Amino acid sequence: MITVENLTKRYGPHPAVDDVSFQCEPGTVTGFLGPNGAGKSTTMRMICGLTAPTAGRATVSGRAYRELPNPGREVGVLLDASAQHAGRTGREALTLSAYTMGLDRREVAAKLDLVGLNAVAAKRRVRAYSLGMRQRLGLAHALLGNPRVLILDEPANGLDPEGIFWMRGLLRDFADRGGTVLLSSHLLREVEAVADRLVVIGGGRIVAQGNKNELLAGDGTVVRARDGAALRRALEAAGLSAADSSEGLLVQADAEAVGQAAADAGVALAELRPAGGGGLEQLFLTLTAGESTKEAVR
Amino acid sequence: MTTATAPTAGAVAPRQHAPVRRPSMLRLTVVELRKLVDTRAGRWLLITIGLVAAVIVTLQLIYAKDVEQTFVNFFVPSLLPVGVLLPVLGILSITSEWSQRTALTTYALVPRRERVVAAKLIAVMLTALASVLASLAVAAVGTLVASATGGAGTWGMDASLIVNAVILQVTSVLMGAAFGLLLLNPPLAIVGYLLLPTLWGVLGEMVRPLRGPSEWLDTSKTMEPLFSSDAVTGEQWGRMAVSLLVWMVLPLAAGLVRTLRREVS
Repeated sequence: MITVENLTKRYGPHPAVDDVSFQCEPGTVTGFLGPNGAGKSTTMRMICGLTAPTAGRATVSGRAYRELPNPGREVGVLLDASAQHAGRTGREALTLSAYTMGLDRREVAAKLDLVGLNAVAAKRRVRAYSLGMRQRLGLAHALLGNPRVLILDEPANGLDPEGIFWMRGLLRDFADRGGTVLLSSHLLREVEAVADRLVVIGGGRIVAQGNKNELLAGDGTVVRARDGAALRRALEAAGLSAADSSEGLLVQADAEAVGQAAADAGVALAELRPAGGGGLEQLFLTLTAGESTKEAVR
Repeated sequence: MTTATAPTAGAVAPRQHAPVRRPSMLRLTVVELRKLVDTRAGRWLLITIGLVAAVIVTLQLIYAKDVEQTFVNFFVPSLLPVGVLLPVLGILSITSEWSQRTALTTYALVPRRERVVAAKLIAVMLTALASVLASLAVAAVGTLVASATGGAGTWGMDASLIVNAVILQVTSVLMGAAFGLLLLNPPLAIVGYLLLPTLWGVLGEMVRPLRGPSEWLDTSKTMEPLFSSDAVTGEQWGRMAVSLLVWMVLPLAAGLVRTLRREVS
């Protein structure tokens, strides 16, 4: 459980994070979305007590992070996979943390195994790791203390498609067993596959948050038939309103109702699918475009 | 929940565990000691410190007059070069967390940063103590060799010299750590540590009005009595205390405040 209340961080007059509030419940994966520089990392650092907020507060499992007696056993944190001593081996980096947390040495080998870093890789110095390997080491580190909460900043960065698929499975499983996951990304499609809830941030402010299906759906169904006129009559007969769109007819109803209406009228369909998260995607694209221009100017 | 079914997935299953205790100071100190030796750079720094002491003794065995080849004369000169390298160890112990960005991990696991800093200071002080033992050991070997090769090989030494050596090396390493805490950047802290007191010493020699204060503030002068077999006088202790207040205690305090407040990213 992560609770963020009115978190604000200002650097001089510039608010990096502005009055951000949200909650991550046990058993869910929350996708924290926003373009680069939107304030995702700053928010996550504030949750983890690494950056002092200007105003507001954040708690993990009901306590401020700094009040957790042994945080690694409660929260697994991966904020930057490159933040490891280049001269230490992967195994040594985990061993230091395992000892700090008071864990059994066997946990190190178990977690290395879990993230797919073999014995050879574990003995190499982090300097020689690819970004994908560092990301895996970072995940092993976050999972080391068998925490109930995971806070991951762009964990898919540098992973290959197979690695991304594997990580999604791991996070889904973690949440299904009652864990709380907060993971950030600047790619909507990346978190869409695994998140239950979405929090979208832009320019330091929350611009949208809620259940993923609610945010992405609500845009109706796209349907197309060779005989467009017949389809239109069939939909009218079923009492469904339809509008023209570039891809076909856009109907404000779910796919099942539209398919049934077409079947009842004996119209053969060429295409039937949800219209997709046009609204959120559009919002996200606008945010990204605006922000990247700002970054380019800076 | 279906916890018991899949053994592989069970490895990441969040568990309800008993309330966990915070890591003890002993545990944190062991971690910091381990960090001093678990990288190639750290290991070589420690090896170099040992080698320097050995080289000094070897040179004396070759070039010093036979009558001067005593335990004291092997021990005392080895303190100086070691005392130059120890602060570098103190600086790197503190600043590498920031330069290598491990602070992100370290302070996420132990958000009470003052406990990590305390563990680091204890770890480098223990290393300073170990360096005195190493100096004693190489001096002992030197004395044995000297007595076998016609040198004086006498063992007599005031116990106060060992106490002085401990004070010297522990304050050296703490001064380094203090500069590291204050500047939080390895090259800056090393240059600052080596340059500032020297610069101050040179100025003290050149500018007459500064000569008085420099008697109290130049650590190379105030610490000098520690090398001699004569007892250190009250005034000499006073000067040492004043110079250490300025070069060790103040930077430690200011550096601790800076480290506690700094944003980790």
